[in-house]
Amino acid sequence: MKSIDTEKVYMIAVSRYFQVYHSVQEDDMRPKGFPIIFLSVFILFSIGGPAFSQAKKEPVRIGVFLPMTGGVASYGQMEWAGIQVARDMKPTVLGRTVELFLVDEKSDRIEAANAVDRLISKNRVHAIIGTATSSNTMAGSAIAEKAKIPIVSPTATDPRVTQNRKYTFRVCFIDPFQGEVAARYAYQSLKARRAALLIDRAQDYCVDLAKFFEDSFKKQGGKIVQKTYCQSGDQDFTAQLSAIMSSRPDILYLPNYYTEDALICKQAVELGLKVPIMSADGAQAPELIKIGGKAVEGFMLTGHFEKEGATTKLARRFIRNYESKYKTDASGFDALGADAYFVLMNAIERAGSTDGQKIRAALASTRKFEGVSGVINIGENGNAIKSMVILQVRDGKFRYVATVNP
Amino acid sequence: MDISFFVQQVINGIALGSLYGLIAIGYTLVYGILRLINFAHGDVMMVGCYVAFYGIFLFSFPWWASFLIAILLTAVVGVMIDIGAYRPVRNAPRISALITAIGVSFLLENLGLVVFGGRPKAFVRPDFFSGVRDIAGVRILDLNIWTLLITLILLGIILLVIYRTKAGRAMRCIAFDMETTRLMGVDINRIIAVTFAIGSAAAAAGGIMWAMRYPQINPLMGILPGLKAFVAAVLGGIGNVTGAMLGGLLIGIIEIVMVAFQPDLAGYRDAMAFAILILILLFRPTGLMGTKLPD
Repeated sequence: MKSIDTEKVYMIAVSRYFQVYHSVQEDDMRPKGFPIIFLSVFILFSIGGPAFSQAKKEPVRIGVFLPMTGGVASYGQMEWAGIQVARDMKPTVLGRTVELFLVDEKSDRIEAANAVDRLISKNRVHAIIGTATSSNTMAGSAIAEKAKIPIVSPTATDPRVTQNRKYTFRVCFIDPFQGEVAARYAYQSLKARRAALLIDRAQDYCVDLAKFFEDSFKKQGGKIVQKTYCQSGDQDFTAQLSAIMSSRPDILYLPNYYTEDALICKQAVELGLKVPIMSADGAQAPELIKIGGKAVEGFMLTGHFEKEGATTKLARRFIRNYESKYKTDASGFDALGADAYFVLMNAIERAGSTDGQKIRAALASTRKFEGVSGVINIGENGNAIKSMVILQVRDGKFRYVATVNP
Repeated sequence: MDISFFVQQVINGIALGSLYGLIAIGYTLVYGILRLINFAHGDVMMVGCYVAFYGIFLFSFPWWASFLIAILLTAVVGVMIDIGAYRPVRNAPRISALITAIGVSFLLENLGLVVFGGRPKAFVRPDFFSGVRDIAGVRILDLNIWTLLITLILLGIILLVIYRTKAGRAMRCIAFDMETTRLMGVDINRIIAVTFAIGSAAAAAGGIMWAMRYPQINPLMGILPGLKAFVAAVLGGIGNVTGAMLGGLLIGIIEIVMVAFQPDLAGYRDAMAFAILILILLFRPTGLMGTKLPD
């Protein structure tokens, strides 16, 4: 009797683990039914503008799905802050108020698909902004594509996000560019010849970006001396770092998100690894510095935007509004969230309608839009063509180093 | 193979393993007495971390006071969970208590998300633990030594409580036969509350050490360490406190060695822990140390 009981207990233990961490990946991410049981979804309605003046007209409903909790919550919270400031700056389009619907995708692919499903079927949104990470954007856009609802991602940089997709757009550059710039910078400016990588295998973004860096670094004439892997949510990297140390690299490239990067840097210092560390846009969160502390001094990354490198008029207005609202510095993710909103509003205006196909066509023909993070052109496949900034952590702050044009 | 590289990896493994062991002790204690797998254990640990965090950053207590308060408060939380969630299902089938534990776990996680927010917070390690020793090219953190020490001390205290005190004798009796113990005039609820208090205090201690090692706390941080500690407890022979400690060390070393020497498998380190769980259940369900507490 007892043994049967124990077995049941273990089975539940194991299945619970898989529920939380390893949701099965399928091509069609549409959930069967609506498994709300484990969801606690917060929908935050934006603060209504002067609603009475447009009381007669139907508002334009914009769905937003972002990771407000979970492993990459900082991205979602920053982008949402940016989107809200952008909405305050431009609260109406086509003479109708803009209503925002936020659904938390919890840094989880399945939740991202659920979120989009919910925005379309329940909130009947006209267009969608989201989400911060590549894998989750792919999961969500699969559903938006079927419903023919345009979707604009602020920061999903993996090239595959928009491949074979008609309604998916983004306002950020893509990873081949990022990997190449990092490799060139490492080889030419830092004079690095032996690179080591520690890659988060659970994220499409990290795996693909690593490959772009690797190819480009090798083409320059450099050598990849060590390639190790981890998984989102890992906290101990001592094994990988010890292996990296024994291969004596002169640069460590971390194509990961800030959560892992901060801990990796900390443990690298503790193990006595003293080489320059480079990363990409995924590392540009205040948490990197808060958690990494002294260990991330000198840390370099390729990013979307930095206040000091801002060029457009809209950027100056945005920074002013942002800082008077939140009393902190606007970061790259804030800017990109705002850009997704501005580009989408601009497209709706030019489309003159909230019809999905018309917005799609207008989005695809976005040219020379002066956004917050620079001038945005939507090129083929719905990818933005724009410049990149190189940043470095100095005295506990992200500092602007250079701008690189495509 | 470079010898210092190997030694370094083993030390990395012991460092990680002693953290698992520390958390596993509380897990196994509650199981040994109550036959209840307290899935909320990892989340109780998370609560401990946040209390310590706010103690330092909001009330600017010195770190030791803050840690002490965190451990005490977490013990109280543990007792409250017992009274609120587990006591009502004490006489229900074991599976009900188990599902209740999962419920408590979800409750704590989501409550944490609402109260503390989803963004990770940086847990600053006090200077006292920050030293690094370099012995012949092998780096050892003071924190790792402390973790191992605290784990051993805690193990000693818990063994002392179980085998040398009156409450401990009552605990062993409850593990043996709850009904008879009740008939003997023992206040079962009080003894179980004490068990939860000790288990939760151990969880808080483990959580604080964890947060100092991986200084990034978030409301879901308890899930994975909790499950790893569970595997460690099963490996050591669930219910056996010394076994939990050994199981933790083993899991830590196995994980690190696997990642170090088979870098391609690094993505499967969690799967590894669960593969061990399955193997243990298939071939030696009582774990390495068997079960000293009678069934």
